[in-house]
Amino acid sequence: MTMFYTMLPILCLAVSGMAMLLYGVFTTRDHTFAITGTAIVVLAITGRLIFAAPDGRMFHGLFLTSDFTRFADMLVLLGAAGALSLSVAFNQRVGITRFEYPVLIMFAVTGMIVLVSAANLLTLYIGFEIQSLALYILAAFARSDLRSSEAGLKYFILGALSSGILLYGISLVYGFSGTTGFVGIAHAFGGNATASIGSTVGIVFVLVGLAFKISAAPFHMWTPDVYEGAPSPVTAFFATAPKVAVFALLLRLMLGPFAPMLTQWQDLVQILAAASMIIGAIGAIGQTNIKRLMGYSSIGHMGYALMGLAAGTLAGVRATMIYLAIYVVMSLGTFGCIIAMSRKGRPVERIADLAGMASEDGRYALAMAILMWSMAGIPPLSGFFGKFYVFAAAIDAHLDVLAVIGVATSVVAAFYYLRVIKVMYFDSGTPGFDKRTVGINLVIAVSAIATALFVFYPSPLSTISSLAAHAVFPSQGF
Amino acid sequence: MTFPVLSLMIWLPLAGAGLMFIPQGRHGGSDAAAAHNARWIALWTSLIVLVLAAIMLFDFNPATHGFQFSETATWIPQFHIAYRLGIDGVSLFFIALSALLTPIVILASWREGRRVRDYMAAFMLLETMTIGMFSSLDFLMFYIFFEGVLIPMYLIIGVWGGERRIYAAVKFFVFTLAGSLPMLLALVWMWHHAGTTNMIALMHTPIAPHIQDWLFLAFLASFGVKAAVWPFHTWLPDAYGEAPLPGTIMLAAVLSKMGAYGFLRFSLPMLPQASAYFAPLMFALGIMGVIYISFAALAQIDLKRMIAYSSVAHMGLIVVGIFTFTVIGIEGALFQMVSHGLVIAALFLCVGILVARGHSLRLDQLGGLATRMPVYATFLMLFVMANVGLPGTSGFVGEILVMIGAIQVNFWVALLTGTGMILSVMYMLVMIRRVLFDQARSIAHAVISDISGKEWLMLAPLAILVIGLGFIPSGLTYAFQSAVQDLVHAHAAAMLPATHLAMAKAGALQ
Repeated sequence: MTMFYTMLPILCLAVSGMAMLLYGVFTTRDHTFAITGTAIVVLAITGRLIFAAPDGRMFHGLFLTSDFTRFADMLVLLGAAGALSLSVAFNQRVGITRFEYPVLIMFAVTGMIVLVSAANLLTLYIGFEIQSLALYILAAFARSDLRSSEAGLKYFILGALSSGILLYGISLVYGFSGTTGFVGIAHAFGGNATASIGSTVGIVFVLVGLAFKISAAPFHMWTPDVYEGAPSPVTAFFATAPKVAVFALLLRLMLGPFAPMLTQWQDLVQILAAASMIIGAIGAIGQTNIKRLMGYSSIGHMGYALMGLAAGTLAGVRATMIYLAIYVVMSLGTFGCIIAMSRKGRPVERIADLAGMASEDGRYALAMAILMWSMAGIPPLSGFFGKFYVFAAAIDAHLDVLAVIGVATSVVAAFYYLRVIKVMYFDSGTPGFDKRTVGINLVIAVSAIATALFVFYPSPLSTISSLAAHAVFPSQGF
Repeated sequence: MTFPVLSLMIWLPLAGAGLMFIPQGRHGGSDAAAAHNARWIALWTSLIVLVLAAIMLFDFNPATHGFQFSETATWIPQFHIAYRLGIDGVSLFFIALSALLTPIVILASWREGRRVRDYMAAFMLLETMTIGMFSSLDFLMFYIFFEGVLIPMYLIIGVWGGERRIYAAVKFFVFTLAGSLPMLLALVWMWHHAGTTNMIALMHTPIAPHIQDWLFLAFLASFGVKAAVWPFHTWLPDAYGEAPLPGTIMLAAVLSKMGAYGFLRFSLPMLPQASAYFAPLMFALGIMGVIYISFAALAQIDLKRMIAYSSVAHMGLIVVGIFTFTVIGIEGALFQMVSHGLVIAALFLCVGILVARGHSLRLDQLGGLATRMPVYATFLMLFVMANVGLPGTSGFVGEILVMIGAIQVNFWVALLTGTGMILSVMYMLVMIRRVLFDQARSIAHAVISDISGKEWLMLAPLAILVIGLGFIPSGLTYAFQSAVQDLVHAHAAAMLPATHLAMAKAGALQ
């Protein structure tokens, strides 16, 4: 019976996803709005079911539930629900109102939950592919738009490449450890006094395959193009849910089965983190399109989050999870603001289009300014706390150089976030944006208020992340 | 549970700012009504804070060692970070200064017509941040308030500033942020080292000398930029020059003190060896500031920029006073900080009075105001004299105390700092001559009227304080005497060879 409860969230998502698909196919009228609403309700129910699922491993160690996976699942569901709420108005405006959108998001989330809970390299790969396939289609969802098709194609080709690399790495790890189960791998690697080159190469390939999905530099090439080309709600989804899911898996994988080889991969993760922070900061300076800007921004954010993984400690995992939680909330609000940018039904994406926003719509400008400052890590906003914990974890693990790079790139990054605020507050212009819908307003307001008021009540998030982080480490049975 | 006067002073302005954004009236309120309400809310809130500050000054017990009005509350217990407030003699007057200047600044911007609500809210936020920073006893809280100042200040400069306001705002922001982030790393390191961010505990946590050096440099980057110590001052002329006058007043009178306060609160007690090691460097920077910036001031053709440079020159003097490690030198620095806050605010207010009458601020276009605006001229003269340190004004006491402190340490330091005083007389007298006595040149397009009742209200309290403190300096020194003595004794104790050995051991154990 416990097995049933463990599977219930995934069953709930998959079955209702398919039911919606069938309903959408057989009905003659357009029910996209209703289906989107149902999807959000299903996500909420799934969240409740995930809490009900018992701790432990299922199916001979293929699948695992713990406080950590629950926390990551919640962030994934939050990102998905946010992306769904943002989609309705936008899709209508652009003329891509199709019921497949919520259905695909449901399938992607199914894959992510499998991915987060994977306790075997094969479960990992299956989860990875379930989510990726849905994401490829989503990227090209505005199929009549050239840029969207291009984004979908680019994402697919590079994604397929990364899947191949991942699979090759998995095969090497399997070859050198003799098993694909996380526990078995940890045992095999832990027993060896010296790591063999083959297994190191395998780990590196797995890391590269996963780094592609979280758009860590130097595997970030697709990010700005896909962010720009994909419809904005899809970009909002890309920026949140898949990143959290893959990051959660990365933490569990590197600090679980691959933990005995920490010294082998730690430098590599440090390089990924440093490169992401630098490229995220430098690349964004010249951008004029706000979605591309957010693409580079997300590369930078992944660099900061990777700092926690590079630390390889409990404090590091905790810091990364706090960072991701804060990042998801900030990103949803920011994309809400971006989706709200439209004139006469056509979306506009240039930063310069925001000129004069503060005098025309003070509340929008304030929310966007709060989110931008928070992304730049200016206290007292929540983004500062994310950076603070990550820096603390890095210093704790004696990664001083990485912390200094992080600080330097923060200054550079602050410059381009400030530019958005500058355009809104200091430049004059008449944006003349369309009226926003309730859904978008709600996402922006909740996100901006949570970001601004986080400082008054930061302790619950650290409590939850501590709980989650403890579950990652081998003493708890990862 | 005592009356939480500090918390009230910190959070009232924020609540006031929030209140401004509640839609008023049946129809959500017109813009004019909202502006009117915002002005009055800001004024009343800041006046209540001023009353609270007066209560605090009255209740402050100068004989007590350690911190008073302490408040603690849980905040992030998992990381041993808590909401800790408390003040001692060092922070007392900065809080009073912030509380005094905010209502004056709001009065000075009464006629501001653009986006009044945002404007007033920004100043309220600024007051929350400054008072919060001076009363924090937790390092993370301190940092949050210290950095949080950037948000309102960036908007104040960028939205309501002068012609090159965007350049100035971005430069200010990026400079200060670049300076502060090294401090964040130092903070994190000290937290990791001591296991807490409680500043009182950190003051008693020994740190190995070779690490102290790095931490000191990190603090120097942060506090040096904020206090505009030479050569970190280059953002300042732009920011001061382009900010609207009330913003300039807050920058010069309160925000620049944040850096100097940081040296006193962090560098000296937490990093005693490094402070002693770097003292010659700090003297050099301070003296360079005094002399070089004084010459730069002499070359200015804009009244506002000249006063801005004069402000930087005085910060050099304060830095010299702090790093003498003598009771008298540090008392002098503290006195000078308070006095400088009052005087520089008053000078900028005087500039604002000219701006309000449509005068140009170019020195070659001003002149002859002594006969046309006699009361104004008297006030300006008084504050200029206080700025150059004429006996009988508060400026004299601070400067002479710093001199005495400096001469106990090194004759040349005292001498070179002294030249700064002479130079300040030079440029200030040049300014007075050009503004007040030269031939009038811009009469045609300027309203000639002496100061109004409201302007009296702004200048008179400052004038009384400047003269009062000049004649009765003990009114200030008695309050921070015991705090400064504790500071100096703790520093001297830390420098003793025995303690040094203990520190080295602590370093070896790490």
